[in-house]
Amino acid sequence: MARAITPRKKIMWTALSWGIGLLIFFPILWTFLTSFKSEATAISDPPVWFLFDWTTENYTTVLERSNYPLALMNSIVIAVGSTILGIIIAVPAAWAMAFVPGKRTKDVLLWMLSTKMLPAVGVLYPLVLIAKYFGIMDSRILLVMILMLINLPIIVWMLYTYFREIPGEILEAARMDGASLKNEIIYVLTPMAVPGIASTILLNIILAWNEAFWTIILTTVNAAPLTKFIASFSAPEGLFYAKLSAASIMAIAPILIMGWFSQKQLVRGLTFGAVK
Amino acid sequence: MATEHSRSSARIMIAPAVFVLLVWMLVPLCMTLYFSFADYRPMRATFDAWIGFDNYVSFLTSSSFLSSLGTTLLMVGGILIITITGGIGLALLLDQPMFGQGIVRILVIAPFFVMPTVSALVWKNMFFNVDNGLFSYLFKFFGAQPYDFLSQSPLLSIVVIVAWQWLPFATLILLTAVQSLSSEQLEAAEMDGAPPIARFWYMILPHLSRAITVVILIQTIFLLSIFAEIFVTTNGAFGTRTLTYLVYQRVLESQNIGLGSAGGIVAVILANIVAIFLMRIVGKNLDN
Repeated sequence: MARAITPRKKIMWTALSWGIGLLIFFPILWTFLTSFKSEATAISDPPVWFLFDWTTENYTTVLERSNYPLALMNSIVIAVGSTILGIIIAVPAAWAMAFVPGKRTKDVLLWMLSTKMLPAVGVLYPLVLIAKYFGIMDSRILLVMILMLINLPIIVWMLYTYFREIPGEILEAARMDGASLKNEIIYVLTPMAVPGIASTILLNIILAWNEAFWTIILTTVNAAPLTKFIASFSAPEGLFYAKLSAASIMAIAPILIMGWFSQKQLVRGLTFGAVK
Repeated sequence: MATEHSRSSARIMIAPAVFVLLVWMLVPLCMTLYFSFADYRPMRATFDAWIGFDNYVSFLTSSSFLSSLGTTLLMVGGILIITITGGIGLALLLDQPMFGQGIVRILVIAPFFVMPTVSALVWKNMFFNVDNGLFSYLFKFFGAQPYDFLSQSPLLSIVVIVAWQWLPFATLILLTAVQSLSSEQLEAAEMDGAPPIARFWYMILPHLSRAITVVILIQTIFLLSIFAEIFVTTNGAFGTRTLTYLVYQRVLESQNIGLGSAGGIVAVILANIVAIFLMRIVGKNLDN
C-alpha cells in the first residue's frame, strides 16, 4: 500500500466492520447461547445474555428423545454419498474437457450448466412417480442420486476450472522422460489435481447438506436428513426454543466450519468462472 | 496435440456425465410436458390424456397465478435490492484496512452455510415471534407495541430471512471484484481531488457492474425456487405464495397434476429467460 493509513482511521474502520459483522452473525450467536439455556430462561423477559446457568441438557434431550441421530446419519450419507458419486462421474469428464478440448467442449459445458437452472417444480411430479414406481420413496439411495444430479454440473465445472490450470507442458515433459501412462497419472497429475478435487468435494458436501427442496418433499422418516428433521419443529408444542436451538446448532456447526474453509471455492464454484 | 485416439477416449470419458444429465433433464421434463396437456387428477381417478391447452389457459388466467407472479417478483426483487446494496457496502467496508479482517469476513459469511430450515425457524420463533421474539422485547424496550411480523408483514419477513442468507454470497463475490480494482487508479483520482462519491460512481461502480450482473442472475435463478423458507414459516398463506409454491400446492396438495404440470412448464420457461442471459456472460468468459 502506497497510501499511509492513519491509525485513527484504521480503528474507525475496525469498529464499524466488527459492529456490522457481529450484527450479521448475531442470529447464529443467539441460537448458540439459547441452546445452553433452560426452556424457561430461553423466553425470559427481559432476555438474558451470558449470565445464566449454562446447561447441556438440551443437547442430551435432543440426542436421546428424537430421531436426531438417524437424521444426522441420513444427512451424512446423502451429502457424502452424492458428492462421491458425482466426483466419480465428473472427474473423467472434466479431465477430458480440460486436456483434450474439442470444438464442442464449450457447448457441452454450457449445456451442463443449463441443466442446473431447471426449476425443481418443473420435474416435481414425474420424480415422485418414478420414485414410487421403483419403490424408493423415502430412501437414501433416491436422495443420493437426485442430489448428485443437481450438483453434477457444479462439480464438473469446478473440476474443469481447476484442471485447466494444470499446465499441459508438464505432462508432455513427463512423457518425454519416458513415464508410462500409469506413472504419469500417479506421480504427475494426481498431486496437482488433489487440491482442486478436495475443494470441490468440500463445497458440494455443503451444498448437498443444505439442500431443502427434494429432501423435504421426498422423505418422511427413514431417509429424512437434518433439513427435514428441523422442519418438523415448525409445528411445536409447548416450550421448545432451547431444544430447537440445540438441534439447530448441531445441524449447522460442522457445515459452518467446513464453509469457513471453503470461502474462496464458493466464488469459483457458484459463479462458474464469471467473476475472477 | 490431441490425436484421433485421445479424442475418442475423451468422448468416452465425457459420456457418462452427459448421459446421466441428459436422462435427468429429458425424462422428467417430457413427462411434465405430457401431463400438462392431460386432465390428470389421481384422487378422483380422472385421466384424460389430451385436453389441449386447457390447463395452460386455466393456470395462466387464474387469479392465483397472477398474484403468485406478483409475490415472486416482490420477493425476488426485495431480496435482490437488499443483498446487492448491502453487498456493495459490505464489500467496500471489508476492503478497508482494519484489525481482524479475517474474523469479520468469517462472521459475515456464516449465514450462507446455515441450512434454510434452520434459519427460517430461528428467525420465525426467536426473532419474529410476537410473544417471545427478540424484536418484541426490543419494541417493548422502546415503549412500542410488539409487532406480529409473520402475520402482519409475512412477505417482508420472508424477504428478511432469505436476504440474510444470501447477503454473504453477494458480499463475497463483490469483494472479489472490488479487490481486483487497481488501487493506483483510485489513488490517482483521489490525488486529483475526486470526492469519494465521484470515485464510487465513476470508477468503482462501473468496475463492479459485471459482478453485480452475475450476482443478480445467479441469485434470481436460486431465488425463483425458494421453498423451505416459505414451507416452515407461512406455508404459502397470507400472500406469500410464490410461483414455485403454487405449483407445489397444485401438484402435491390438491393433486391436480395436469394443472400443476402446466404451471411447472411456465416456471421452466420463466427461469430459462433469466438463464439465457447468465449463460451468455459465462460463455463469453470461457473464450478468454
